[in-house]
This record gives sequence, C-alpha cells and structure tokens, in this order.
Amino acid sequence: MIDPFLGRAIAASVALALVAAPLGAVVVWNRMAYFGETIAQASLIGVALALAVDGDVTVGVMAATLAAAGAIIVLSRQNVLPLDSILGLMHHGLLALGVIATAMLKGPSVDLMGYLFGDVLAISGSDLVWIYCGGGLILAALYLLWEPLLRLAVHDELAAAEGVNPAMVRALFVLLLAVAIAFAIKIAGMLLAIAFLIVPVVAARPLASTPERMVALAASIGVASALAGLWLSSHADAPAGPSIVLVMAALAAVSLAAASLSGRS
Amino acid sequence: MTGAAPHELAAEGGCSEHSHAPRAELPHHHDALRTELTDSRRPMPEDALIGCRGLAIRRNGRALLDGVDLDILPGEIVTLIGPNGAGKTTLVRALLGLVAPDAGRVYRRPSLRTGYVPQRFDVDRTLPMTVSRFLALGRGGAQRPGAQGGAAAALAEVGASHTEHRQLAELSGGELQRVALARALSADPELLVLDEPVRGVDYTGEAELYTLIASLRNTRGLGVLMVSHDLYVVMASSDRVICLNRHVCCSGVPETVAQHPEYVRLFGVEASPAFALYHHHHDHRHDLAGETTSGETAREEQRL
Repeated sequence: MIDPFLGRAIAASVALALVAAPLGAVVVWNRMAYFGETIAQASLIGVALALAVDGDVTVGVMAATLAAAGAIIVLSRQNVLPLDSILGLMHHGLLALGVIATAMLKGPSVDLMGYLFGDVLAISGSDLVWIYCGGGLILAALYLLWEPLLRLAVHDELAAAEGVNPAMVRALFVLLLAVAIAFAIKIAGMLLAIAFLIVPVVAARPLASTPERMVALAASIGVASALAGLWLSSHADAPAGPSIVLVMAALAAVSLAAASLSGRS
Repeated sequence: MTGAAPHELAAEGGCSEHSHAPRAELPHHHDALRTELTDSRRPMPEDALIGCRGLAIRRNGRALLDGVDLDILPGEIVTLIGPNGAGKTTLVRALLGLVAPDAGRVYRRPSLRTGYVPQRFDVDRTLPMTVSRFLALGRGGAQRPGAQGGAAAALAEVGASHTEHRQLAELSGGELQRVALARALSADPELLVLDEPVRGVDYTGEAELYTLIASLRNTRGLGVLMVSHDLYVVMASSDRVICLNRHVCCSGVPETVAQHPEYVRLFGVEASPAFALYHHHHDHRHDLAGETTSGETAREEQRL
C-alpha cells in the first residue's frame, strides 16, 4: 500500500512532467532557458510576501512569477541592452531580494531549503487540485498556440511576415511558463524547477524526428524519471525533487552519449 | 497624372534624384515628369502590388532609410542593390510590415498574397522538423493528402523534391533557400519577396536560382522583389534595378544603372558589368544534390 503522501507526490510530479514536456520543448527550441531561470528566481519574493501578509504561498509565488514574466515581456521590447544581459541582471537581483526578504520577515524559521529544492512529499490534496487544474489550462492553451509557436521556432521573421504576431504569441507563452514554474517550484524548488522543463527534452532530442514525437518522448522520460526518482528517494531516504532530477539527468546523459557514439549527435 | 506608368519613366531616366532634392516650384514642361517621379505624395499606380512613398526609418537617431519611393507591378522583377548597411533588408522589412515607418507610407494592394524568402535561415538543431512538415506548418490540414500534394508540387517546382523527407537542420544553404522558396510559392503569392536569395549558394547554384525565379515570373505572372549585393549577377533576370544607399541613388534597367555615376561611385569601377562580366563555359554542371548533369536543368532532372 502506498502512503497517501507518496501517492500525492507521484500524482503531482507526473502531472508536472506531462505539462513540462511541451513547455520545455518550446523553451529549448527558442533558447529561452534563461527566461525560465529568471522567472523562477522571483518566487522567493512571492514566498516572503505571502508570509508577510499571512496569505497563501502558492498564490504569492504565482503573483511573483507572473510579475517577473510581465517585466521580461516589457523589457524584451527595449533595445538598449540585449535581453540576456537584462535577464542576468534580473536573475541575480531577484534572488538577492528574495533571500533578504525571507530572512527579514521570519528570521531563521523559514524553511529556505524547502523553497530552493522543493518538498514534493509535503504536497497537499488542495495543492493537487491546483496543479491539475492549472496544468490542464496550460496544456489547453499550448494546444491552441502550438502551430504559431512552432513557426516562430523555425523562423520568427518568416512567421511574422506570414501573419503570426510574435510579440503576442511569445508574451502568452512566457505567462504560461510563469504559471507552470509556480507549480514546479512546489515540487522541485526554485533551483531545480527548470530542470523538469529542460532535461527530459534534451534527453528526447536525439530520438525524435518530429516536434510532437519529441514532446511525447520528453513526457515519457519525465514521467519515468518522476516514478524512478520517488522510488529512489523513498528507499535511499534522499530528497525527492533532486532524486527525480538526477534520474532525468542520467537518462539525458545516456541518450546524448548513445547519439554521439552512433554519429547522430 | 499622365497615363504612363511612372516606373517606366524612371527606367528611361536612369537616375531619379534623391527625393530630398528641392523641387522646382513650377517646373518646365520637360521637367514635369522628373518632379512627378520624386514627389512623395504621388499616388500608387493603380495596378501596383506594393510600394512606399517618402519612407523613412530611423534607429537610435540614425536614418536607415530616408525618403524612399518604390512601386512593384505585377509580373516585373525588381532588384534592390546597394552596399552593406544601405538599408536593403530594412526596406524589405518595412514593405512586409515587419517594421513601422517613422515617416512616409507603405501601400499594399488589399488582400495581397505575399511569399517571403528571408535572408538567413538557421534552423535550431534542437528542433526536429522535416521539410514536408515545414511546408504544411500553419497551413492547416497538414494530414490531408491534398496538402501533401501541394507541398510535393511546390518542391518539384523549385527543384528540391529530394529534400521532402529530410530534416531542415540537415539541409545545405542552397537547399534551405529552395525549400523556403517552395513554402513561399505554396501560398500562391502575387508578390514574391526574396532577401539575398543566393546567400550561401555557389556560383552555378546562383545562376540556376535566378533562372528559376525568372521562369516563375513567366509561368505565374507574379511580381518579384529581390535583394542582392551586386548587380552583375542579377542583370539577366531583372527588369528594373534600384540602387539603394539609405535613399534611392538611381534606378532603371540594369544596363542603365550599371553606367550611372552613383552606382560606379558606390561600388567602384570594378563592379561595373563592363569590367567584371566575363564569359566562360563549363562542360558539365552540378545539380543541387551534387550530381553532375550534362546541361539539363535541375527541373528536368526532377522529372526523371
């Protein structure tokens, strides 16, 4: 018999793996990993704000990630500095601000490790409802945006000339990404959340010949890693989120090594 | 307005003055045509596909384009030439609506179907995408056999049938350009816009591509706007050449432009076709797949 908390952990991490696959694929194709990292760093500020007003931490984190996403969307329209310089600035500034805010508000009683690396075994039933509803909405929105996103990934100027609105499609995608990252932080923490998006997709790349097959493979790898990682975690008493990410990374390493050995890299 | 199409007058005249030139208050009779040419308020020719008047685009206070007038009519091949940084790509982007003008206007025939072949085509290696999928992308009904037939026909038309099931990221520069051209053509365009279509294509591939574009104009009657960096390779296939250096320096039929002092000043005397053009013959040719062919065109090869 599976413990209820382990059952909830499995349900949550499987849901995250399924949502992360299409999101992560678009992130990798458009080289947007740094977008995701920067959004994730904002979450600690959300934690501090929620604790300060005695509010719900999930709501606080989501407000912070959405605000960071909004800032990125606005800043991507300026041409004073290249966007990755701005992201570098935001990334570290937000982290510093978040650490100071949590330290000042609650002193050492805040479980910083839980927010940095996630605590999937502490997922509650209401968290699960949030994750499944939010995940379902993200997948539905991605389904509608899929063709424009693919066209932008192939060639954004061509897509724009053909009538796709790159600014709008990208902005919607970044907002979806922010919502997904807010959920991913509950499971994997702000330092490892992006791994759920990127690593299974990287593992799937050498095995895939179409974008959709790449997503399906990434989802399978993500789900398998979640199950194997949780099993590993419960048997070795290792932290759950990092165990899942470690399995993903190992699968990606095997996949890439096999691909480069067979000359397909 | 006189009945004659202004672009033909421009061709005869060789160089239209930079539109900043002060306009005569009341021109003499023989100057009337010149004034009309440079008047940014001049309306579009009725049958023009696309054009602009007094187009100016600035970036960080620097003018990329200034006072550009242009019309493209159905069935004509217009080539934009000019040195690096002349604003050729910026002009194309403005005409396509990808960048908003800071001054002036862009005109487009209502519901104009445009096919665009962009300059660079670097497909990220992390994106798995076959050529046939790319051609169906965003066109709806990728799974319908009719749509597949359309993609195959477009690939055959540009002589790239052999790429249909290959990955975009594995194609050579010339193959990618042809695939992009096939995508542009599969939208059944009235206007084809190509930004440096021969970039990354070797000399024989280049000549082949221009021949192909000229034949597309003939079979489909579409207007073509091409960007090129030098004149003499495009001479044979262009009806009209516009020499751009932030403004229109000179325009007209290729032979006229080549002898225009503005052109010679921009490109140097070596760039003049009279100097650079030489004739030589190969006893064999290479098709796109690298196979040697004996004087048959790539399109004929495709039918085998």
